Amino acid sequence: MTGEAPRAPVRRHHLVVRVTHWLTAVLLAGMIGSGLQIYMAFPHFGEKGKVYALLNPFDSNQFSGFPEWSRLGGWLAGGLNWHFALAWPFVLTGLVYLAYMAVSGEWRSLLFRPRDVRPAVQMQLYYLRLRRDHPPQGKHNALQKAAYTSIVLLGGLAVLTGFAIYKPVQLGWLVSAFGGFELTRYWHFLSVWLFVAFTVVHVLLVLLVDPASLRAIVTGRYRGRFPSHD
Amino acid sequence: MTDRLSLPRRDFLRLGVLAGPASLVAACGWDGGSLLRPRLSAISRINDWVGEHIVLSSDRLAPTYPSTARSGVMPPYFISRTLPRLERPEEWTLHVGGMVRKPTRFTAVALGALPAVTYTVKHHCVEGWTAVASWTGVPLATVAALVEPASGARYLRFDSFDSGYSNGWDLKSAMHPQTILAYAFNDRPLMPDHGAPLRLYSPIKLGYKLTKYLTAVTFTDERPGGYWEDRGYPWLGGI
Repeated sequence: MTGEAPRAPVRRHHLVVRVTHWLTAVLLAGMIGSGLQIYMAFPHFGEKGKVYALLNPFDSNQFSGFPEWSRLGGWLAGGLNWHFALAWPFVLTGLVYLAYMAVSGEWRSLLFRPRDVRPAVQMQLYYLRLRRDHPPQGKHNALQKAAYTSIVLLGGLAVLTGFAIYKPVQLGWLVSAFGGFELTRYWHFLSVWLFVAFTVVHVLLVLLVDPASLRAIVTGRYRGRFPSHD
Repeated sequence: MTDRLSLPRRDFLRLGVLAGPASLVAACGWDGGSLLRPRLSAISRINDWVGEHIVLSSDRLAPTYPSTARSGVMPPYFISRTLPRLERPEEWTLHVGGMVRKPTRFTAVALGALPAVTYTVKHHCVEGWTAVASWTGVPLATVAALVEPASGARYLRFDSFDSGYSNGWDLKSAMHPQTILAYAFNDRPLMPDHGAPLRLYSPIKLGYKLTKYLTAVTFTDERPGGYWEDRGYPWLGGI
């Protein structure tokens, strides 16, 4: 790639995508901060006196608690009020994004489908340095499609488990679908760490592999190494 | 290669501009301060409205369990410095009044003579823990029918002798068939650690809404506050 003339920028992200992306980032930070505050009130899983044998490094038996900077709300009531207030714009932002995907047809370049399995393996080989050249790709490579598809599913899981433990009697069928109240609360908590892990990898890959994509998600224009072929 | 060096720097700056406000919001266990706290309360009112008028069903029952499913632990809870006890239990009465046609003082004997229900249900604490236990008592709807609430009564206020602990309820939740005035816990008479002689119980609300050590039930058209509700906890507490 060296020696090539700088490419003319291509339009990459629609305003709706850019706004919902950054809104989600801020709202998710608030949801996690207030969620950690709420969790601190009872840092276990299972019934009172019957703690479940679930993997939880953050059980207060072995963990002193989340640092103050990571929490939002100050105390349980504050955490609840933040959490239940931010939940509205968080869900709404997600729905606007999905509606835009559906209407614009852009879901085609983002949805991971069975035919993306083979290219995903090739992409993984490239990242593991078992393949030398970067596999050809469209707007996003197959691993990106897998990531951006699963993050939407994760958002759905977080929202559904959240509603279920917010109204466990009225939404009893949803609680049952997730295996009961105590397990549903666990899945909701687990989604936090999947979001955190996704964000860390997402930001690292942007900075290490394609820093120009950061400009694209702000201005909409992309001038990097992977112009769209879609 | 040259523009690959200069671009990231600008991008880092942009990231900083965007991440700044996000980290400010997330920082320091902030409760919103005097500026945002009232707005959070206003949104909580909206959530209460949605919870009462859209989510809550007046006849959907919370699941019941066999008595063998009871949890070993049901922690006592009161706000007084010491366990609230009646000096003369035999003189205790429950006053049911306010916007009703027949305000009545019920003795423990009178309440015990009314048709009772017993159920084993899951208790949900606002902190996130649960516990299964059995409760026996009179459906609040049965008592309401005796005092005949006025048509304008929209809320109920529950008072206690636990240092002024009280709660406000919506009529719909109060008239739910599983909302009871409970005088027995796990097949035994209610003891002072769980709110003797009488406490409010319902599996459709969080524990802090279930007033113990009851002294009065008042029907009203104005939304009553409550001990924790006045301190910022969600008013409805409906689950």
